[in-house]
Order: sequence, then structure tokens, then C-alpha cells
Amino acid sequence: MTLWEVDIYAGDGHPDREGISLTADARDLGLSGTADIASVRSYLLDGDVSAEQASSIAETLLADKVVEHTVVAPVGDIQLAQSPIDGATSIHVMPKAGVMDPVAASAKQAMADAGVAIDEVRTMRKYWVTGLEPNDLSTLAGKLLANDSIEQVVVGPLEMDRLQVGSPYTYELITVPIRSLDDDALMKLSSEGQLYLTLVEMQTIKTHFEELGRDPTDIELESVAQTWSEHCSHKTLAGRIAYRDENGEQRFENMLKETIFDATVQIRERLGEDDWCVSVFKDNAGIVRFDDDYNVVFKVETHNHPSALEPYGGANTGIGGVIRDPLGTGLGAKPICNTDVFCFADPSTSHENLPPGVLHPRRVMNGVVSGVRDYGNRMGIPTVNGAVYFDDRYLGNPLVYCGNVGLIPRDKSFKEVMAGDLGVAIGGRTGRDGIHGATFSSAELTSESETLSGGAVQIGNAITEKMVLDVLLEARDQGLYTAVTDCGAGGFSSAVGEMGEDLGVVVWLEKAPLKYDGLSYTEVWISEAQERMVFSVPERNWETFRELCESEGVEATVIGQFEDTGRLHLTYHGETVGDISMEFLHDGRPPIVRDAHFDAGDIQPLDVVDDAGFSDDLLAILGSLNVASKEWVIRQYDHEVQAGSVIKPLVGVENDGPGDASVVRPVLGSNQALAISCGMNPHFGDYDPYHMAASAIDEALRNCVAVGADPSRIAILDNFCWGYTDRPETLGSLVRAALACKDVAISMGTPFISGKDSLNNEFSFFDDSGEKQTISIPPTLLISAMGQVPDAAKCVTMDLKSAGNAIYLVGKTSEELGGSHWSLVRGLSGGQVPRMDTSVAKPTFEAMYKAITSSVVRACHDLSEGGLAVAAAEMAFSGGLGIALDLSAVRLSGDVTVGGEYTVKLFSESNTRFLVEVPEDKASEFEACFEGLTLSRIGSVTNDGVCKIVDGETTLIESEITALKEAWQKPLRW
Amino acid sequence: MAIPRVLVLRAPGTNCDHETKFAFEQAGGSADRVHINRLLENPSLASEYQILCIPGGFSYGDDVAAGRILANQMRNHLSETMHQFKADGKLMLGICNGFQVLIKSGVLLDDDDSGEPATLTWNDHGRYEDRWVYLKVNPETPCIFLQGIEQMYLPIAHAEGKFVTRDEQVFDSLSQSGQFALHYVNSDGSAAEGFPANPNGAQSNIAGACDASGRVLGLMPHPERFLDPLQHPRWTCEGLQDEGDGLAIFRNAVQFFA
Repeated sequence: MTLWEVDIYAGDGHPDREGISLTADARDLGLSGTADIASVRSYLLDGDVSAEQASSIAETLLADKVVEHTVVAPVGDIQLAQSPIDGATSIHVMPKAGVMDPVAASAKQAMADAGVAIDEVRTMRKYWVTGLEPNDLSTLAGKLLANDSIEQVVVGPLEMDRLQVGSPYTYELITVPIRSLDDDALMKLSSEGQLYLTLVEMQTIKTHFEELGRDPTDIELESVAQTWSEHCSHKTLAGRIAYRDENGEQRFENMLKETIFDATVQIRERLGEDDWCVSVFKDNAGIVRFDDDYNVVFKVETHNHPSALEPYGGANTGIGGVIRDPLGTGLGAKPICNTDVFCFADPSTSHENLPPGVLHPRRVMNGVVSGVRDYGNRMGIPTVNGAVYFDDRYLGNPLVYCGNVGLIPRDKSFKEVMAGDLGVAIGGRTGRDGIHGATFSSAELTSESETLSGGAVQIGNAITEKMVLDVLLEARDQGLYTAVTDCGAGGFSSAVGEMGEDLGVVVWLEKAPLKYDGLSYTEVWISEAQERMVFSVPERNWETFRELCESEGVEATVIGQFEDTGRLHLTYHGETVGDISMEFLHDGRPPIVRDAHFDAGDIQPLDVVDDAGFSDDLLAILGSLNVASKEWVIRQYDHEVQAGSVIKPLVGVENDGPGDASVVRPVLGSNQALAISCGMNPHFGDYDPYHMAASAIDEALRNCVAVGADPSRIAILDNFCWGYTDRPETLGSLVRAALACKDVAISMGTPFISGKDSLNNEFSFFDDSGEKQTISIPPTLLISAMGQVPDAAKCVTMDLKSAGNAIYLVGKTSEELGGSHWSLVRGLSGGQVPRMDTSVAKPTFEAMYKAITSSVVRACHDLSEGGLAVAAAEMAFSGGLGIALDLSAVRLSGDVTVGGEYTVKLFSESNTRFLVEVPEDKASEFEACFEGLTLSRIGSVTNDGVCKIVDGETTLIESEITALKEAWQKPLRW
Repeated sequence: MAIPRVLVLRAPGTNCDHETKFAFEQAGGSADRVHINRLLENPSLASEYQILCIPGGFSYGDDVAAGRILANQMRNHLSETMHQFKADGKLMLGICNGFQVLIKSGVLLDDDDSGEPATLTWNDHGRYEDRWVYLKVNPETPCIFLQGIEQMYLPIAHAEGKFVTRDEQVFDSLSQSGQFALHYVNSDGSAAEGFPANPNGAQSNIAGACDASGRVLGLMPHPERFLDPLQHPRWTCEGLQDEGDGLAIFRNAVQFFA
């Protein structure tokens, strides 16, 4: 046996790109010297292999001889210590044993295909570093080269002789003496065992087992903890809440059911036979009607805590996980597009200002963007819509929302497990990865989280999931199974537990295929290893199902059987290790009772005084991180695979303008389409979460409507990310947002079809003086919208099209600068936050749809961050044209600060507004669509490349579009 | 033989197989998506087809290097089948990942004494990039797929698309035989000068290459993503073309057998 190392260097004349970029990044770290870094791609090969074989593998498989050269030798050999830079130290970074290493797995398979049997392969990155003091090397490794939650770092020569993973497991049944524990001991068990249950919940479990006259086994306790976790049961929001605000007190038995779900129920009742919802808040994703043959499904999830610890892996498995939701909806939907929304702290934050345990926001952003990229692109699913928000309160707790839309035949939209069906797991193998992810997501992050919960962090393997997708759709169309669900948080325990909820199930834990030896029966049960799906397969279909999977190289294993017992029965090699009733598991959780209150407070005055700085304000807002171009992110995502893309995320003459929503045609050859958009405004939440939520819905809807979606056929999703909801005021702000969701949804006739919450998004650390500091994220509600477009050829984009066309402002403008980007760039606070008037919004959206489908609109852009001025500038520079506006025709509604009218007209962020370009000969037809609504003709398109905004005789803004565009593109042009 | 049969080869991680099949069907062909395992079990399956297309995606995750593992599988097990397919006067097309596979498997360009004569490696900027590019067909190329086409506007979407030859000799010889079939250009048709017109830093702006016979073509851009006018990124501004620029490639292939 020899452990071979293959080092792959860039060949002569070919740059070492990673080395160059790391050398540049190292300058920002504030280290003692100036580092010079060279990078090497390496592989470790463990097996009975000759030198010739190792060289041959290196040259024909691992390296590309046209552009690279290799050094191949046994680990420890002097050849491997030859640095390309004089006097450099080597730093080796490799995945910790057991961490997913997809490239190694593929390489091993390819070596076997070439007839070389290798026992184990591991990828490694090797760096040669000069110019640093020895003690700065580990700082460099920790901050730039490696993430020690998943990677192992060796500074200096590597000393290893084997790659070993796992050791044999010796079975021993573990029981937990819960009946003898007092309250303190129960809580100790809850936190030290990473169960994260409350005292009342622990007491309930204790009582249950007292009644049974025995103690639980470890696996029983874990099953309960997983099922009762916030992540799986949403117990806080679905719990009893006593809520109080300025309007008095309201009591909820089940808050979500009585607000957001109830809105959908009411809308469906009102629609009667025209109800186009199919399955809402039930399955893994919400389902609505699409055309005569298909329904469409949509789900958005978050993966915040894992992304804080390991941004690449967290985001990677976040998108991988949400793709499995549509796959596990009904009998399986085909994923047709992804969405992604991220919240980060300012990437230019200085390294010195980082609290302990926090990764630098630039590193977080880079990791998250590449994590989503590498999974989404490999799955062959276009990422078509997203947003990136910045606020320093996301420093220790970034947010990563990932969404997926799927297409499902109408007759495959429902599932039903039958007694006698086999429980079949397919896809990835089970390993120790992701243990306690479900319960971990309920815990607050601390500077210690990395050491405590590193096991909850994982790396995905997209190709395994793509293979699962391929066979799943084939098996679905052949009718081989009765139900399917994904293995997400909680692993088998959640997936199998859910599928067997109405019947009962026996699981033979030793059958689950493992990545390596050494897993206990409990680890098998709660592992959150990625890329696994569970099916219920009638026995008569098993052989066909198995052969289908095998024909495409997908592992399928019977791990249990559904049976009409009402019990969850877990065995290991014939021994019962767990046996609990489904009733206790799913209905035994004591209701959470919480207080919630919201203190609206008085509106603080905002100093709105018109001064001469309008052009500077406009440039500052365009260059603010939230508004600035996200092209660097968007282009790293394949947004056109599957060939359905009609309106792309980037639009305009240079394909780089900020489109309002993307439009995709999911069925090749048909022009029926979906518009995908989102709305989010954490800054408004600092003033009033009610208006924040309403504004987020308005924004998501108007983005969809702006490209041509039918406003009567838009389905929306809610994703709440909040701080610590045990605090009544934090929970109160969430309830208040949910109340807005209900009110707006009902008034607009826009149903919520799915949603998810992520609570306790806070980060704690001890500062230099030993004081505990906590950073809570701002209340952050993401509204995702999926609108239907009957004919994609009618869609419009936001870029100006032809000089001479008229420009209209649709909608009312009020003094609503609270939380606006104008106040953000001016460093001001206070003021009225934008409100939504649904009695105006509904007819306005309908009129806009009528105008677009009548083909009288050449361009349409919604007004959001930065208001009218920003929208006008974006339309002009995206079209490569100019715009001339006179705002004297704009009548402001409500009271306006005297002397602040221009600022309000230019930068107020009032909802339900659009700027629209209309050809002169269509003007009257366009105006007729808006009868009875607020519409002002305010100017025209010019071809002078200038954005000029006046009010009567007063020039407010006059800027070249090239300067505006540069301000907008510069900040995130990485 | 009126309607040629097209084998759209898919492997784990292939993800443009559906729309590529659709493209050949739009062009009048009859296409099947066939898993690599079926071809490995029964290589003679290939003889039932006139066109073989390796579509885009990430075969085997592009682990190790883009297209490398599928390419080696073909080298190890399907070398004879592929050479017979070529020898029979049939057509082969590799799009994006398919181009990477055709190059690295030695099917598009034969190995010489020093090994593989060219490769597709990392984009100069080191990232995956989705972008529309202007392309000009080399008027000297013998390539069947590109007959009658002068310019095209198509999207690219890749991380490893930089075409590089091993040395000058290889470059000169391929250049002389018109095998550099497709080049990145500016919108006015002039030679691209760096990013973004040349999105990956490819040597001599090479976007596609064919074998000496002109019957095997590999290209980085995705013609199957521009079949109908609504797929153009600026149709709302520029109006609708009669058809997408990519369709002609598939039509040329189908009509070759008409």
C-alpha cells in the first residue's frame, strides 16, 4: 500500500489563477508581511498502485497535459517539497474525513473504469506561501485558505500514510433514564444532547414514558426532538399566541392558520369553481393550475445557520434541498427554475471589526454565490430571479433563501401511501454528515457554534441529485410508486415519519447503505446526508423500480415497510430499538403558548428639505449596495438552460439592465409562461412590520405585473426570517407582518400557497470587555411571486425603446420616505414608511395588465428603492437612450412637508407605481385603460443620453446616463 | 433516408438533452435521448443512428475537469464505435460539455505522439459565465453543420470554455485545414479583442472546431437555446426575427441526409 500524492501545477505560459487571486486577497487581511501564494490542485490516492499506474492516472485523468504539469510521488517524498517559489512553506487543505468530496468520488469511479483499483481518494489543495511570519500562516489558512468546520489544515510537510474513514460499529442499545431526571437535568439533557426542546416539551416526554412504564431509547428521544423541532413543526408560529398592539388584543389558537392560511381559504371559497389553487400548505410545495396538462409548484426555503458557518456548503445544500421539495411534491414535479435571495453585511467591512467566530462578509458572499451556482448549474435548472440585500445586522447571521418552481402533470399532483408498500430510499448514501441540522436551526448562533455544530454543515453532490431527478421522473411516468418525499432536515426520521404518519411503518435501519462504517442506528436515522429521497413502492413494482434505478447507476434500497399499525417501529438487525405511537410523535407536542406585542410608537419626524443635491442623491442611491447592479452574481448562474427563458434577468440594449421579473416557458413549444419575481424590504420593518409586509407583497406583485403577468393569477409565498421570538416584542413584530399578509392577500385575491419560517436568527459573542453582545437580524420577510402569462409574446421589459415615445407615471405619490433609500444614503431616520392601498392597487394592476396585453406599452418599470428618479435612470441607461421628465404634472397625495415636494416626487417610495413608455399613437388607448386611476403624463424618451428631470422651470436632475450607469455598476463589479 | 435518426447521448449530469432533442425535431429529425450506460452495454446501438449529439451539461459533475470522465469512458470503451461512426460518413455534434467531451476523448481531433493536441480549459476570469456572444463562421471551413451560415448570435454558459492548442504547429495545421470553424466576434463582425466579446479568452477567438472531414463539430455556444425568436435577449426591443439563429445548425445536419 502506498499513499500517492499527485500535485498539478499550471503549465508554462498558463496563469495560476487561484494563486494570483489569493495573493491579492491576502493583502486585505492585515498580516505582518506581504504574502506571495502559489496554488496547486492535488489528489491523494490510497491503494496498491505502482508508480507507473499513478503517473498514468495523473496524466490521463487528473491533469490536462495541454495546460498543466504534474508531480507524482509517495507522500513524504522530497519531490513533493520542491516549491515553485523560493523559500516557501507548504500549506495543505483537505476535507476532513467523512466530509463529502464529490470530485474524489468521481475520480475513484473513473479510475476503476480505467482498470485501476484505488481504495480511497481525497482531493487536496496545496499552497506555497512566502513573505509571512510563521504565526501568520495559520491566520492566513483560517481566514482565507480553509474553513475548519469542514476542512483539515496541515502546515508544512504532510505526514500521512493512509486515508481512513470510519471504524466498525459495535451495537449497543442505549436508553435514556428520563424518568429519573428533575427539571434541571431535563434541560441539561435537552441542550447537551442538542435536542433543543423546551422544559414543557421535555416534561411531556418524561410523562409519556412514565405512563408506558419504561425509559425511552436514544433513538426514540431523537425522533421526538426532530419531529417537534421548530424546523419541522413550526411550533411557534402555528402555536397559541396572545398578541397585543394599538388596536387591542387578539388571541390565536394557531397563528399561521388564522392569518396566512385563512386568507387562502377565503380566496378559494370566493373563487368557487374558478379556484385555481390545487394543493396549498400541505405538501412539500404549493401547487396551482397551469394549463390543460400541467400544474406548477413553488417552494422557497432558507439555509441560514449552515451558511453562516460554511457559506459554500450551506448555500450549496440549501439550493439542493429546496430542489428536492418540488421533486417530493405530489408524485414528483420537474424543476424548471430556481430563485435565490441573499442578505449579507457590507462586504467592505474591515477585518478588525469582525466579532469572534464570524466569517468576513465578502467571504460569506463569495461562498454563498458559488455554492448556489455550483449546485443549480449542475442540476440544469435555470436560476432566473433573486435579490441581494445588505445590512450590517446580517454580519453573524447571513440569510440564504433558495426557491424552486416545478412542473407536474395534473394527474400526478397527489400521493397516498398504501399499507404494504415498501419504504425505499434512493440516491446518496447515509453518513455522519448533517447530524442535528433540524434541531440546530432552532438554536441561536454563537461564536462557539462552529465547534459545537460543525457536524450540521455539509457539502452537496449535485450530480447524485440530478441522477435521482432523472430516474424519479421516469418512475413517476411509469406509475411505479404511490408516494415520495425528500430527506431534508431530520433525515429519515422526518421523511419516513411523515410518510408513515397516517398508517405506521417499520424501518430496518441496518439496511440503509452507508458511506463508511461506524454509524450507530441512531445516526443512521437522523443523519441529514444529502441527495436522498424516500418512496413508497408497491411490492409488485419493486423489481421494475430497482432495475430502472440500477440502469442509471442510482442506488435504491428497501429500508422498511408501511403498515397499518399506527406505530413507528425501528429495528436494527432484528432488535427493536424504538417503538412509539405516531399519535404521540405527531400530536403529542404540548402547544407553545407565547405572548406577543407590538408598540407602534409615534412616527418620528423626518427632515425633508429640498436642496441642490438631487443628482448626488441619485448617484448615491444607484451606487448603494441594495440597488447596485448584481450582474456579477447573475452571470454566474445559468439562467437559460432548459431553453424556456423569454425575459431574462438582465435586459436592455447591452443585456445588463435590471429586469423586474423573469419569464420562462416551462413547456417546449408552448408560449404559456410564468413570471417569477420577489419583494422584500427589511428597512421598512424597522418602522412598521405591517407596512413592510404589505410593501413586500406590493413589490412582488408589481414586479410580476410589470412584465405582463395576469394579476388575477399570481400565487405568492412567505418566508419569515426573524430574531429570537421568545421575546414578546420580536414575536409581536412577526404577528403584525402576518396580519398584513392576511389583509393584503384577501383584498388582492392573491393566495399564499406555501411558506416557511426561520426563527432565532441572532448571533451572540463576548466583546473585548467580556460583555455578551447579541446582534439580531432585522425582521426580514421575503415574498416570492409566481404569475401566469398566457402569451409570452406579449411581455414587456423595462428598458426604454424609442425616442419620442411618451412617459407616464402610474399611481399615487405620497410623502413616504421612512426607510427609503433616500434617507439611507442621507443617513436620516424617521418619517412615514410606504403603505399599500389595496383598493387602488387591485384596479391599477388590472389596468396595467390590460394595457400590456393590448400591446400599447413599450416599456414598464416598477418604482421601488429610490423611487421615481432611480426608475427613470435605470430605464434610460438600460435602453441606451435619454429621458426628459417634467414633474409639475405629478399631484402629491396627502400632506407633504412644505419645501420638500421635489424630494418627495423624486425619491418617495410609495407603493403601486410604474413608469411606462407608450408610443404617441397608442397614448389614448393607454390612457383609457387607467380611467378613474391616478395617471400622469410626465415626459418623453429622448436620444441624447441624458436623464433630465425638471419641475416646471426648476431643473432637479441632469445627468449623463453613462455616469449613472457607472455609479450603478461599479460597487459590485468584482 | 428522409428522416435521419439522432442519438442524443446523456450521462449523469447531462442537462441540455431535452431541448437538444427538441431542436433536432424542430429541424425535421427524429431524436432519442439515450443514456451512456445503454451504449456501453450495446455499442452497436450507435449504428441505428445517423447523427450523434453530445449535449450540454456537467457530465459526471465535470468533476476532475469538464467532460474528462465521460471522455475517458469513451476512450476506454467506445473508441472503436466512435471511429466507425465517423468512418461511415455520419455526423457528430458536441455542444458545450459535448464539445469538451469530443475534444478530450480524441474523437474530434486525433491524438498525436505528444497526446491531445488541444483542450478547453478555465475561462480567463476564472468563473462560470452566462452571456450572449456574436459568432462568425470561418468561410474556409469544411464543416457541414455551418454551411450557408455567416454570423450567429447565441448564448454561452460555461466555466471551462477557453480553447487552447498545445503548440503553434498544432494551431497552424488546424488553421490551414479550416478546422477553426467558428470565432467570437464583435457585434459588427470584426475580430473580438478580449472580454466580453471573447468570453473566455480562447486562443484566436475560437468558439468551435471541426474535424478534417467537417462532419464532426464541437462548439461552446448553445444553438439549441435560440430556436425561436422569443429566446433572443432583446426581442422586446428589436422585434421578432423569423427564427432563432441556432436552428440552421440542426437543419443543416438533418438535411445532410435528405
